[in-house]
Amino acid sequence: MMQPFDLAVRTHGATVLRVCRAVLGPGPDADDAWQETFLAALRAWPELEAVTNLEAWLVRVAGRKAVDVLRARGRNPVPVEELPDRPVAAASEADGHGALWTAVAALPERQRLAIAYHYLGGLRHTETAELIGGTPEAVRRAAADGLKALRGSYSGMTEWTD
Amino acid sequence: MTTPPRIEPEGAPAFSVAEAELAGLAGRLAHRAEEESLLEVAYRIVDSPVGRLLLAATERGLVRVAFEREGFDGVLSGLAEKIGPRVLHAPWKLDGIVAELDEYFAGRRREFGVPLDFALSHGFRLSVQRRLPDIRYGRTMSYRQVAELLDRPAAVRAVGTACATNPLPVVVPCHRVLRSDGTLGGYLGGVEAKATLLDLEHGAAAA
Repeated sequence: MMQPFDLAVRTHGATVLRVCRAVLGPGPDADDAWQETFLAALRAWPELEAVTNLEAWLVRVAGRKAVDVLRARGRNPVPVEELPDRPVAAASEADGHGALWTAVAALPERQRLAIAYHYLGGLRHTETAELIGGTPEAVRRAAADGLKALRGSYSGMTEWTD
Repeated sequence: MTTPPRIEPEGAPAFSVAEAELAGLAGRLAHRAEEESLLEVAYRIVDSPVGRLLLAATERGLVRVAFEREGFDGVLSGLAEKIGPRVLHAPWKLDGIVAELDEYFAGRRREFGVPLDFALSHGFRLSVQRRLPDIRYGRTMSYRQVAELLDRPAAVRAVGTACATNPLPVVVPCHRVLRSDGTLGGYLGGVEAKATLLDLEHGAAAA
């Protein structure tokens, strides 16, 4: 990749952050996953081929980094239920959408990942299925069920469509 | 192949990400890049009396000063191609030159002391650019005089090209080189910027 790395951060930084937040909830863990994603990209940068669909590449890396953090949480006794009480609120209250991220955090993991990769990261269900296992159809259902659950739990979701 | 319906901030403002949050994350990233020696070009954009300036540095020193009319995105792409693609916004790496520029534009500094990296220049252009700081603050020379200074009296046009392609304008004072008839000649930052710099130096030198 010969384009300035800074351009990739400016262009794709927000998408990568949304994916990390959907998987981990907004807060230090999502920020760390974002850092690890772009550091990995920075290390690989000169060797990355220019034809790479950069955003899809970054979203896949971000998903893997975020899931690593999830697994680490699973090993360490940091209950996911505590998420909403974490410093999280500081970041999300600033834009007034803490409740949405809290609702996303409360979804079952597969629904959360399907929403993160597909709706926020722009990957196709087939690509998401390769990343999180299962069939594309199962992933599509997980994403749809996740959206339905969000509509039930979060009042600001009216503008969403599948 | 269908493109997934993307939830973008405009489609679902609920997922918006604040500019300031991203800037904070990008800043932390640039610091870690520096720690891991993954920072090839650090840049910063500052305001000045000649418009916004982009300043870029390598480990060796200041490598580029660019005027806004050159197009900052194009300048960054050029740096990525010619020096290395690991270009990051790392403003603290330019603190030294920013302080010196502030003093210069306030009329309190007559020469620059930060290390310079001439990686973007070669050959005769490089030899011209290296000699330009010899033209003292508040003084000017013609393209012809500079050519003579370099023992290449016939190379007047090449001196003009060297000035026009100076990667470090303001700091390497190509603005002090004028046409033999005393008119300003061209300038990367525009003739107005050239006049502003000459006026500044003339005023401060007379004071």
